[in-house]
Amino acid sequence: MSPYTVPAIVAVTVATVAIGAYGLRLARTTSDLLVASRTVSPAWNAAAISGEYLSVASFLGVAGLVLKHGVEMLWYPVGFAAGYLALLLFVAAPLRRSGAFTLPDFCQLRLRSRRLRKLATVFVVIIGWFYLVPQLHGAGLTVTTVTGAPYLLGVLLVGLVVTANVALGGMRSITFVQAFQYWLKLTALAVPVLFLLLHWQADGRPAVTPAGGAVFPEPTTVTFEQDATLTVSEPTTVEVGADTLELAPGDHRVAAGASWVFPAGGAVPKVAEVATDSGLSWLLPGDASTDRGLFTTYSLILATFLGTMGLPHVLVRFYTNPDGAAARRTTLVVLGLVGLFYLFPTLYGVLGRVYTPQLLMTGRTDAVVLLLPSAALGGGTLGQLLAALVAAGAFAAFLSTSSGLLTSVAGVLSTDALGRGSMRDYRISAVVGGAVPVVLALNVAGLDVSQIVGLAFAVAASSFCPLLVLGIWWRGLTAAGAAAGILVGGGAALVSVLLTVLGVPLPGWWGALTGQPAAWTVPLAFAVMVGVSLATRHQVPATVGLTMLRLHAPDALRL
Amino acid sequence: MEQAADRRVRVVLAEVAGQAGQDRTRAELAEQTRVGEALVRGLIRAQLALALRLAVVVGVGLGALPLLFAAAPEVGEVRVLGVHLPWLLLGVAAYPFLVVVGWAYVRLSERNEQDFTALVQRPEK
Repeated sequence: MSPYTVPAIVAVTVATVAIGAYGLRLARTTSDLLVASRTVSPAWNAAAISGEYLSVASFLGVAGLVLKHGVEMLWYPVGFAAGYLALLLFVAAPLRRSGAFTLPDFCQLRLRSRRLRKLATVFVVIIGWFYLVPQLHGAGLTVTTVTGAPYLLGVLLVGLVVTANVALGGMRSITFVQAFQYWLKLTALAVPVLFLLLHWQADGRPAVTPAGGAVFPEPTTVTFEQDATLTVSEPTTVEVGADTLELAPGDHRVAAGASWVFPAGGAVPKVAEVATDSGLSWLLPGDASTDRGLFTTYSLILATFLGTMGLPHVLVRFYTNPDGAAARRTTLVVLGLVGLFYLFPTLYGVLGRVYTPQLLMTGRTDAVVLLLPSAALGGGTLGQLLAALVAAGAFAAFLSTSSGLLTSVAGVLSTDALGRGSMRDYRISAVVGGAVPVVLALNVAGLDVSQIVGLAFAVAASSFCPLLVLGIWWRGLTAAGAAAGILVGGGAALVSVLLTVLGVPLPGWWGALTGQPAAWTVPLAFAVMVGVSLATRHQVPATVGLTMLRLHAPDALRL
Repeated sequence: MEQAADRRVRVVLAEVAGQAGQDRTRAELAEQTRVGEALVRGLIRAQLALALRLAVVVGVGLGALPLLFAAAPEVGEVRVLGVHLPWLLLGVAAYPFLVVVGWAYVRLSERNEQDFTALVQRPEK
């Protein structure tokens, strides 16, 4: 472990909390903050939006999935970025002109229904929690990986810091902090990867997918947290404590808690309990050649492309643009910044095949970004400094996204569910909003960060995406239609996600349909929304013409 | 709190001042006459058509890739600079592609709005 890691993490946390507390004294209410931030340029605003958006799933999760499953997983970052294009094309400018601050606000402005507002609140909270769980999970993992403390402690500690920070004032609305977090995250991935690539070059470019499977670059200790079955392909001598053990080719059982040292140059055994791809199925998009694989890929694409616009913490930030045209330009810059960031996690996943293959045995591939610098560059000062840098970046990712999410969740809870929006209600809501995902995160230790995030996108794409797109572009939408679409589409996605997260085993196609539901739940939500709206045509608000004018009239007209 | 209220009033006043000299077509827009309504519908249709066209560009440009890789696996074997093509397309090329489409949308949608503004502010004949 690097001696610089803990100070780096503490520094990021203290700086975030301190700037938040200081900013609180400058701005006492949300509207003050917003008025202040209206003067912010699109470039700063875009960096702030990206800073809040790039979560632990992007910083750690993408690299982990690429390490484990290969090229197919690149659809995650592409989708996370393309979501901003969908937002730009269909939502950004009209939404900003509507003046809605949250999704429930939009429901009320556009459809004049308080009941729909309540329903939207429920979904904002559910999606917010679903998105918070993987953040906390990633934080717990980071604490475990860099300090060796138990997972439980990591989740609790970090959940406490974020909840307290948000409840006592929150740092989220301060553009400068979020913008800083973006550049910190980008630096924390980009700088180490340059050194890693140079090292890989100097190493004689070891093959990423060697013919005989992955090999250990140096003697490697693998600690098994659960019972495991190893499939050894060539005779291997491992050290177990002071003894050595000869492994003949074939299957071998390992008990939980065992710690084996594998020799340098030895082939990495396959572990039956950890699903990974190797060789060609890692290197080439092979999964998609089956019908089911193709369905899963398209479902993931649909969920991430259309889900971004429905995430609670993304929408709030658009209010800080002065007008619709600025909202568009900001979104374009966000697209560029997010795309720039996503060039790097892939490289970690690929180099992880060479330098940290033991993660393929333990299944904790989400840790690859954290472990790679010290694994490849060794325990010298450079390796230690870079390890501290990525740990600090992971913490920035965790703090910014989860604070933003919790602020959004606490905001809608305090105004629409638990109280009337007073400061006291807000604090109670923050504690409730933070406690639930902490409890959930303690129970999902085995899941991949990016995968759960992908499921949250599926729910958002099946509920709020149709609401926003139809609400902005179609006069015929009614409150009844919107509510029915959200309940049926969002509900179906939610049930699928719960089945997947709880690990209910489903055979064949049922598993594919619930494992990645967006491809059928999004069209379903659109169809129900349009159908029920047509059936309740008389309920179209009388003010719809004026609302449409407000959403679409160019800012220059000042209508 | 009071300071914020002051500031907000000032912004509204500025907007009202900007509206001085509002001509008839603009009044028609705001009052939802049939002419005004038709104008707004035209703008919305133009903007939606633009958004849908660009969505199709992305749908074909990116969305067809899984089908392509499934239908013609040999495409995946092609190497450019020693890297397999799917890695380059999804890991690198996708992002500039998205930015270019977004840039085109911002330009074209602003042009739609300029056309609309010019139409509305045209001196009455």
